[in-house]
Amino acid sequence: MIIADKKPIQEIIDQVSNYERILVLGCNECVTVCEAGGKKEVEILASVLRMHFLKEGQERKIDERTLERQCDHEYLEEIRDVIDQYDAVLSLACGVGVQFTAEKYLTTPVLPGVNTCFLGANEQRGMWTERCQACGECVLGKTAGICPISRCAKRVMNGPCGGSTNGKCEINSEVDCAWQLIIDRLKALGRMEDYEIVAPIKDWSTERAGGPRKVVREDVQV
Amino acid sequence: MSLNTPSRLEKVLKQGNLAVTSECGPPRGSDPEAVTSKGALIKDHVDAVNITDNQTSMTRMSSLAACIHLKQMGIEPVLQMVTRDRNRIALQSDILGAASFDIHNMLCLSGDHQSFGDCAQGQNVHDLDSMQLIQTVRLMRDEGKFLGGDDIKRPPKMFVGAAANPFADPFEIRVPRLAKKVACGVEFIQTQCIYNLDKFELWMEGVRERGLEDKVFIMAGMTPMKSAGMAKFMKNRVPGMDVPDEIIDRLSGVPKDKQAQEGIDICVEAIERLRECKGVAGFHIMAIEWEEKVPEIVERSGLYPRPQV
Ligand code: SF4
Ligand code: SF4
Repeated sequence: MIIADKKPIQEIIDQVSNYERILVLGCNECVTVCEAGGKKEVEILASVLRMHFLKEGQERKIDERTLERQCDHEYLEEIRDVIDQYDAVLSLACGVGVQFTAEKYLTTPVLPGVNTCFLGANEQRGMWTERCQACGECVLGKTAGICPISRCAKRVMNGPCGGSTNGKCEINSEVDCAWQLIIDRLKALGRMEDYEIVAPIKDWSTERAGGPRKVVREDVQV
Repeated sequence: MSLNTPSRLEKVLKQGNLAVTSECGPPRGSDPEAVTSKGALIKDHVDAVNITDNQTSMTRMSSLAACIHLKQMGIEPVLQMVTRDRNRIALQSDILGAASFDIHNMLCLSGDHQSFGDCAQGQNVHDLDSMQLIQTVRLMRDEGKFLGGDDIKRPPKMFVGAAANPFADPFEIRVPRLAKKVACGVEFIQTQCIYNLDKFELWMEGVRERGLEDKVFIMAGMTPMKSAGMAKFMKNRVPGMDVPDEIIDRLSGVPKDKQAQEGIDICVEAIERLRECKGVAGFHIMAIEWEEKVPEIVERSGLYPRPQV
């Protein structure tokens, strides 16, 4: 899923300070699971903002709402009848949700309430780690199910580099070396001979490098 | 003896001599003197001189420019190229640029992560990795083709090298990894600095078991320690470095003002031992900011004079 993290509260206050009527808008998908932008976080953030402005002697309208998804037209329509009651929307969705909301409501400022970080998994309570950079051409079948693009600091396709030490990456002794993991798993799979297959130069045009991407699926279009 | 390039290093190695290379780090400024004065110190004691490419990710004068300065004073450069900072367009372009100055050796590396240097907030590129860079330069040289498939007019004549670190983890893939580089077309290897001689010899055993020493020239990397402090730092802080305690103990065992000399002695003794190791084709002596000691090391190790080829 998409992993997001909280923004510093001061940054949020600075962003919304010019607006009288604010809708704090959560999303019920990834950001709920990673506890950055679901109903619970919307509630907490809205009350922190109310308290902040009250302390400043200002009463502002700060409402709460959480949609099923902000990356879907259907759910975003649910706020059409109320959008004009607000000077700004503070969206706690990922960057996709923030933008989709902004596209839909052209004349309402939509501000990001979280930092969208990566595609990852919940490794343990309160800790999420990256697993994929959406390169558009998955090579996991050749790398024992471990992604060298998202998990190697140099995205080396034929690793490990010379900096791998005790299973950890040269950038930080807390970060696993992706290539150590790949080798461990090749061993577990009894496929160590695959290690010597040279990975060809990658076509990065399916990745960010190729410009904004689009998936068109005629089989599911209506 | 068939030569693939006009490289002097290639000739020295293929004639069966133990080759000697050294290394210069370009300055953090634009003064060419900083390169040429280092070059002058070691000129007569080595066959070729590597120029590092923004090593440890600290921004420096470009490797290619520094190589040109050496070339113009009659020293044979080895152009180091990391894949961290340039995409395939820039890499191929710089290879052609180097070839236009008749630079005939290069070393393909991935480079340290940028977080070690002065631009920790910068992007890294890693469009190719070091193995793919080896393949690229071999394609350019042998087929006369760009990666995109077009013909190159006057293809580059590069003798292609790469690094190997026998001490990085996991140890069991260190020989297979070399085999992979050989399969990609590497012609010479300069290893990481060797302090743990036993472990290096064990690695070489694995190399010989697969007959790799017949397919690639392996130059053993040597860096003299300046002090016990440097040895401790290398042991604890430099990723992929294996410094046994006995080296630290030996340096600590002599007074501070004698430690540098002790470091040189350790280095000379290591060369004397490893030149007997079957499959070692030469030595790459990296005396970091201590180039003036290279002649002493080369002479005392019996590697002087250098062959005239
Ligand atoms: S190879 Fe690409 S698609 Fe597959 S996990 Fe890695 S980044 Fe994601
Ligand atoms: S140590 Fe491992 S994860 Fe880190 S850059 Fe090198 S190969 Fe990649």
